[in-house]
Amino acid sequence: MKKNGILSRLFMALCFLFLYAPILVLVVFSFNASKSKAVWAGFSLKWYAELFQNEMILNALWLTLAVSALAAIISTVLGTAAAIGFRNMKHRSRSVCMTINNIPLTNADIITGVSMMLLFLFGISAVNGLFGFKWRMGFATLLIAHITFDVPNVILSVMPKLRQLDPNIYEAAQDLGDHGFHAFRKVILPEIMPGVVNGLIIAFTLSIDDFVISYFTAGSQTQTLSMVIYSMAKKRVSPEINALSTLMFVAVVALMVLVNLRQTRQERLAKRQREKLTAQ
Amino acid sequence: MKSKAISFPYVGWMGLFVIAPILIITVYAFTSATGGFTLANFQDMAQYASAFGRSFLLAAVATVVCVLIGYPMAYYLARETGWLHRMATMLIMLPMWMNFLLRTYSWKFLLERNGLINAFFDLFGLGPFQMIDTQGAIVLGMIYNFLPYMVLPIFSVIEKIDPKVIEAAQDLGANSVTVFRRVIFPLSLPGVLSGITMVFIPSVSTFAISRLLGGSKTLLLGNLIDMQFLGGAYNPHLGSAISLVMMVIVMVCMALMNHFGDGEQGVTL
Repeated sequence: MKKNGILSRLFMALCFLFLYAPILVLVVFSFNASKSKAVWAGFSLKWYAELFQNEMILNALWLTLAVSALAAIISTVLGTAAAIGFRNMKHRSRSVCMTINNIPLTNADIITGVSMMLLFLFGISAVNGLFGFKWRMGFATLLIAHITFDVPNVILSVMPKLRQLDPNIYEAAQDLGDHGFHAFRKVILPEIMPGVVNGLIIAFTLSIDDFVISYFTAGSQTQTLSMVIYSMAKKRVSPEINALSTLMFVAVVALMVLVNLRQTRQERLAKRQREKLTAQ
Repeated sequence: MKSKAISFPYVGWMGLFVIAPILIITVYAFTSATGGFTLANFQDMAQYASAFGRSFLLAAVATVVCVLIGYPMAYYLARETGWLHRMATMLIMLPMWMNFLLRTYSWKFLLERNGLINAFFDLFGLGPFQMIDTQGAIVLGMIYNFLPYMVLPIFSVIEKIDPKVIEAAQDLGANSVTVFRRVIFPLSLPGVLSGITMVFIPSVSTFAISRLLGGSKTLLLGNLIDMQFLGGAYNPHLGSAISLVMMVIVMVCMALMNHFGDGEQGVTL
């Protein structure tokens, strides 16, 4: 293929400017001394200090982190197991399962959200009526909803790795006297690990970023960070939120850079080893 | 590894939390508040025909613009060879790590009457323009939020095209336009199709973007559904009917598109 000319480079620069400009505005104004978003009143760390005093935002942050971490871990286990089981099914039942698995992926979030809300309201009122409980929607329903939209993504991330798997290696392990879970842990798991880790990260990211499904399934007492932001954004977002998202954004960028550096170092090491081997 | 029983917990989960909710929403759509069968919910929807039309129109515009911007962007990124190519996926995904409501909210300040964009126009003695609280602002919000979903699948498909295929075409005398038209574009079509799906569905069903950037005047399908379930016009039966119709229309659109696109649907993030 031809190299890019100056015009196509300019086009890419404009696209990235479009993607990053609003973020830049957010970050810059998190350091603004005044509450205004249009006027720059000097540099200040005031909002960062106030962020750690704002209990509502901090509670929402912990809740979001807790629900995302739990949902990501549970759906990684559930999804990896499901992906392995699906591989062992006959073609017909596998394609039925994969079709159902794709429903939360292709359905609009709002439909997933309202339909689960109806199920929860229905289920909870049935249980409350039968046993006299006083359950209502909250952390548990939020967690169930998050797991439901996380698992399909884990499965999509693990499936390709399972497909690449040599079917003979598990049998080889069994021939050598290894059975059941131990063989799985020693033979299969290391092979599919990149897919599993990838699925975990995707699930965690989706959960942290989710707004629509949480909005319908969290009930009136539980609020994730996105829900706090939404209820503020209808009027005015307090600059503490800008400060918090700047911190989160910086954390993510730092993490990405670290992962990238590790990867390039490993690649370089592997290359050097290969060169050594060929030199011998 | 011959056991399929290991997937049964999730199969049960799907039955309870994927299938059952859709059955319930279907039942709700066809019943009245007293529980009897009725088609009244669908008749009531007639008054919202304009919201249906508006939602599908705005989402379609946003999707088309996303293809027009996203395709060249993905194509140029795939052609880069240095650091930009290596970092491309990360650079496109990074903005998604900031809460999408906040990023949308940030546009509010850029677009406001005394916001940064109008201040920029003011330098040239232009404006101020009314940009916030318009349908254009909603479309902009959709494009901004969902453009990465268009770029990523196209990028990953173009990147995987075997350079030998392109060389072969060139050896056979194709110029660069022909190579693009006859080789690269057809091979990248699955990426475009999955990009269209991933942009159109969240656009047509959004309620946050229209609420934040469109003011309270512009009602989209998402806002209607939100109102029926958590808003003032509480009526889950009507809300279910609207959701069901939207779901069916979207499914038909996607099935049609995939039918004409050779049924390729193998590309996801």
